[in-house]
Amino acid sequence: MAEQDIDAIIRVRDVTVQFGTTRVLDGLDLDVKRGEILGFVGPSGAGKSVLTRTIIGLVPKVSGRIEVFGVDLDAASSSQRRAVERRWGILFQQGALFSSLTVRQNIQFPAREYLRVSQRLLDEIMVAKLVMVGLKPEVADRYPSELSGGMIKRVALARALALDPELVFLDEPTSGLDPIGAGDFDELVRTLQRTLGLTVFMVTHDLDSLYTACDRIAVLGNGKIIAAGSIADMKASQHPWLQQYFNGKRARAVVA
Amino acid sequence: MSGDPTLERIAQGEGLALCAAGNWTARFAPALERIVSDAEKLRGSRPHIFIDVSQVASLDTFGAWLIERLRRSLSDASAEAEIAGLSANYSSLVDEVRRVGPAPRVVNDRLSITGMLEQIGRTVAGVSGTIIGLVDMLGAVLAAAGKVLIHPRSFRLTSTVHHLEQVCWRAVPIVVLITFLIGCIISQQGIFHFRRFGADIFVVDMLGVLVLREIGVLLVAIMVAGRSGSAYTAELGSMKMREEIDALRTMGFDPIEVLILPRMLALVLALPILAFLGAMAALYGGGLVAWLYGGVDPEAFLLRLRDAISIDHFIVGMVKAPVMAAVIGIVACVEGLAVQGSAESLGQHTTASVVKGIFFVIVMDGVFAIFFASIGM
Repeated sequence: MAEQDIDAIIRVRDVTVQFGTTRVLDGLDLDVKRGEILGFVGPSGAGKSVLTRTIIGLVPKVSGRIEVFGVDLDAASSSQRRAVERRWGILFQQGALFSSLTVRQNIQFPAREYLRVSQRLLDEIMVAKLVMVGLKPEVADRYPSELSGGMIKRVALARALALDPELVFLDEPTSGLDPIGAGDFDELVRTLQRTLGLTVFMVTHDLDSLYTACDRIAVLGNGKIIAAGSIADMKASQHPWLQQYFNGKRARAVVA
Repeated sequence: MSGDPTLERIAQGEGLALCAAGNWTARFAPALERIVSDAEKLRGSRPHIFIDVSQVASLDTFGAWLIERLRRSLSDASAEAEIAGLSANYSSLVDEVRRVGPAPRVVNDRLSITGMLEQIGRTVAGVSGTIIGLVDMLGAVLAAAGKVLIHPRSFRLTSTVHHLEQVCWRAVPIVVLITFLIGCIISQQGIFHFRRFGADIFVVDMLGVLVLREIGVLLVAIMVAGRSGSAYTAELGSMKMREEIDALRTMGFDPIEVLILPRMLALVLALPILAFLGAMAALYGGGLVAWLYGGVDPEAFLLRLRDAISIDHFIVGMVKAPVMAAVIGIVACVEGLAVQGSAESLGQHTTASVVKGIFFVIVMDGVFAIFFASIGM
C-alpha cells in the first residue's frame, strides 16, 4: 500500500466532515496520483464540493488527515502552507473572478503578489495564459460582468494557471457551457495537462468529460468513495447508482 | 541555491550558443527576467545564435515564454535565432507560447487637468439625471401604490411587516440611545452658557423647541438614512447583480410593487415612530441633566415645558418625518437599481445612497423651515 502511495499528490485519509448533525463525509479515503486527471462524480448534494473545499482548507474537518504534495496541511506552518498554495490553482464553480478588476488584473493578481517581475513580463504571461485557454488578447481589459459564462470559466482557468501550478482543482468546469463549449473545455484541460504536466482534480457531472478527459474516476456516495477506477470499471460495477449513471439513458446517448 | 537558472554563452566559431540550464519556472521568474534581458543585448553580435535548452531541468509557461521572447529578440531580418535541444515533453509548451502575440496596451487613465475638469463637468451634468431619476422613481412608486389601492389583494403585507421590523423595531435601541445622549448634551451646554445670565430655566424652552421641531426628526432621519437607506441599496444592488430583479420581471411581477413599495411603506411608517421615540428620549435625557446638573427639578421642568412649547412644534416635527422617509427610500432604491456588475459598483452606490439621502434630508428640512415660517407655525 505504502509503496503505491509515493506518487500520490493528494492523500486523503479517513476524513469526516459534519455540518451540525449532518455527516457529509464519513471516513473518506482518496488518492490522486501525479499527472492524472481524476474525475470526481456523485449524486447532487453528496458532498463533492465539500470534499474539494476540505482539501483546499475552506471547510474544517472533524477528523482525518489530508496531505497535499506530501505536506500535512493541519500540521504545516503558515509558510509551508503558502508554499503549497502557490503550487495549486483552483477554478471555482462560478468562476469567482474579482468583479472590480479587469481580466488582465484578475490573471496577473497571483503573479503580482508572489513574484517580483516587470509589468512587461506580467502582461506577456497574461496574454500567453489567455491564448492557452483559447481567448483573444482583446478581452484583457473587460470586466467580468462583461463576459459570457464560457469566457468567465476560461478566464477563471487562466487565473488558476497564473503561477503554473502542478495541481489544479476544477469544480464543475463544464456546467453551464453548451456541449461544443464543454467539449472544447475538456480538450483544453487535456491539452494543458499534457503541455504543463498538470495533475487535475475535476468535480463534474458531465459524462462527456468523464469519457474524453479523465484518466480515472472516483465516485462519492454516502460520505465515502464507493468506487474508483477507469470508465470500464465503473460500467462493470454492480452498485445501483453507478449502474444508473453509467448505463442509463443519457450514458447510452454519450457512448452511441 | 541549486537549480537556479543560468544561461551560459559559448562561442562556436562564427556563431554563439546560449546554453540554458536549471529550473526555468515561475519561482525563478525575477532571476530569469534579468538573465533574458541581458542576453537580449546580444542581438546582431554574431551571425548565428541559437539557444540550447537541453540542460533545462524544468520548464513552465514563464520559462518557455522567456526563451521564446529571447528567440524573437535575437532574430533579425538576416538570421532567425533557433531553439535547439528541446525535449519532447516541452516542445508542445514552446509551440503553445509561440502563438502568443504582443500584449494589448493598457487603456491609460492617468490623472490630468483636462481629465479632472471633464470629471467635474460630467458630475455637474449628472445632477439633472439624478433629479430625473428620483422623480421617475417617485412616480413609479406612486403608480404602484395606486395599483395596490385598486387591487388591495396584491399588497404585500408580510414583506411590509418584515421590513417594518428591520427598519423600525430593530432601530429603536440605537435611535433612543443616541437621541437620549444628544438631549443630555444640549441640556448641559444650554445650562452651562445660560447660567452666566441667570437664565438657566430657559434651557427648557430651547430643548423643547429644538428637539420637537428640528433635532429629533433630523437626527433620526440621518440615522435611518445611514442604517436603512444603505441596507436597501445593498439589498437591491446585490439582487440586481445576480439578475434576481430581471427574474422577477420575466415572471410578470413589477419589481417596484414587489420589492420597493413594501420597503418605502415600511420606511414611511417607521420614521415618524422613531422620530417620536427619539424626541421623547431626548427630552428625557435633557430633563435628567437639567435636574442633576442644573438643579431644575422634574416638576419645574415639566411646568416650564408646558408653557414653552405648543402642539404646533410637535406637529411641525411629525409632518416632516414621513416626507424625509420617502426621500431616503427613493434615493436608496434608485441607487440600488443603478448598481452594475461589480462589487466596487455596489460599494459606490451604497455610499452615494447614504450621502445623497442625508443631503436631501437636510435640503427638505430647509424647505420645510421656510414653509412653516411663512404660514406662521
